[in-house]
Amino acid sequence: MNFLSLVLVNLGRNKRRTILTLLSVTFALFLFCALGGVLDTLAESIKVGSETRLVTRNKISLVFPLPLAYRDRIAAVPGVKRVAVSNWFGGRDPSDPHNFYAQFGVDAANYMPAYASDVDIIEASAPQAEAPLPPDVDPKLAAFMEEQTACVVGETLFKRMKWHLGQTVKVDGTIYPGSWEFTIRAVYRAKNKAFGEENMLFHWKYLDQHGMGGRSMVGIYVLELSDPSRASDIAREVDAMFENSSAATRTETERAFQAGFVSMYGNVPFVLRVIGLAVVFAILLVAANTMAMAIRERTGEFGVLKTLGFTDGTIFRLVLTEAAVITLGGGALGALAAKLLIEGSHFNAMGFLPPMTVRWSTVGAGIAIAVLIGAVSGLIPAWQASRLRIVQALRPAE
Amino acid sequence: MAAIELRDVYKEYQRDSQRIPVLSGLTLSVAEGDYVALMGPSGSGKTTLLNLVGGIDQPSRGQVMVHGTDIAQLDGRALAQWRSRNIGFIFQLYNLIPVLNALQNVELPLLLHRMSGAERKKRAQTALELVGLSDRTGHFPRQLSGGQEQRVAIARALVSDPAVLLADEPTGDLDRKSAEEILQLLERLNREFKKTIVMVTHDPHAAERAHRTVQLDKGVLS
Repeated sequence: MNFLSLVLVNLGRNKRRTILTLLSVTFALFLFCALGGVLDTLAESIKVGSETRLVTRNKISLVFPLPLAYRDRIAAVPGVKRVAVSNWFGGRDPSDPHNFYAQFGVDAANYMPAYASDVDIIEASAPQAEAPLPPDVDPKLAAFMEEQTACVVGETLFKRMKWHLGQTVKVDGTIYPGSWEFTIRAVYRAKNKAFGEENMLFHWKYLDQHGMGGRSMVGIYVLELSDPSRASDIAREVDAMFENSSAATRTETERAFQAGFVSMYGNVPFVLRVIGLAVVFAILLVAANTMAMAIRERTGEFGVLKTLGFTDGTIFRLVLTEAAVITLGGGALGALAAKLLIEGSHFNAMGFLPPMTVRWSTVGAGIAIAVLIGAVSGLIPAWQASRLRIVQALRPAE
Repeated sequence: MAAIELRDVYKEYQRDSQRIPVLSGLTLSVAEGDYVALMGPSGSGKTTLLNLVGGIDQPSRGQVMVHGTDIAQLDGRALAQWRSRNIGFIFQLYNLIPVLNALQNVELPLLLHRMSGAERKKRAQTALELVGLSDRTGHFPRQLSGGQEQRVAIARALVSDPAVLLADEPTGDLDRKSAEEILQLLERLNREFKKTIVMVTHDPHAAERAHRTVQLDKGVLS
């Protein structure tokens, strides 16, 4: 027997209480890290936005489109290498309205090359005919490029929906009403995790002809730059070009654009932090109560230990270690479970978020909080036990 | 040199605004290897006297010397260390740790000594052998009879090889047969191992086994 086995034996004297306390700390820290993971994911989602790409949108609001005619004028600005179109579709799965995934109408000839460094095409249908592809487009996308109703989907979405190449997928339009059909011609894997693998990309032209009646309006323009160091000058130039037009623009780096999305969550991150801390505080009280009960029940035993020669300091360490084993054990279990389960399952809050990330810093913060819970919950009982006077401790309970 | 020497010892307890005298100018000397029975009515100060000798309580006045050490001069940490090496306690209700088996209970005081786990275990086994419980090492207190529990408690008191054993009514909770076994064991520890024993008892039969009996009444020797 040694000091640690004495600690473990003491923890085992009321197994049910110890396990329940450990599980409550595990659950609390799991929740804390999961909520922290939401914040991590939002922070990561900003990173998808490159500092070397610009996004041009309607100055009034993202919900207002821009004319397609702007594309060529933007492309003519010095330093702009490529201009791609992207349009939020906002469709729903007709078989399950709660099954959310994002769909975008894109001009693939520009959009796919612009994001070539962020995605890999891992599966694709063979093309019907040999047709020349636009420059820089991955040859694997040949079948997708030649068919107007074709789409490319993310690997996670593809697997989750148990789709197969060549399958026709139905989507109910909300912004653009009607039942839409898309044929899966390729599957991408995100090299940049924050790009997300729960997206469907289809031809903007299909959307324009069948959803907008050929009005040729687009949601946003993505500008790939040949000279990223001129990003702010280019943004100013683009916006100046359309300043007095019917649809003035706002151009910013893609990262700033994504950050704008995150800011639309408003106080949600603050609320998540408050909930996380409230849960932790509640568990702190539970752990403190458990330790206080455990120590009170053993008052006589502490008297015996002191009689045998255990110093106040040894008793203090004994009780504090017991608290630490419960909270650190439970905390580490909860924090690591959050990291492994959430990331391992590619949880995305039903498409509300990109596949969630729980940063190691969040896991570390969770474990640090567990240590803090252990210290705070064990400190007072440990101090009380260490300060017990032997004569009083050995007195039979009245 | 006396093993234990109390010189003009006073002990008072404070209850609310009232001072309750327990020991009043008590002087007592116990020679090395002596076996003393402390008798007296309830509240006469027997247990308080034992606590003072064991260093688990402090006198209000006077001097308590054990093997030449004035234990009132030791601070809390030094006193705890001194206790672990010099004093073995035996309680009326055994006070074993219920979640530890007999061997672990006996090993407990040795956690405070610098020695290997194997050495600790060996010493604890020897102590249990000495009290006749070598076949009960893995038994928990709830699996032992009262007499066996008290023998485990005696092994625990012995395992650090202290020179002084302090027993507070060691047979008070036992049937006559078990009590007799415990008294024989204490006699043997005194005779063969030269342990100085101070035993508080209400039982005249137990007191007869000691070398001498000291009567306490209202905090003074009578």
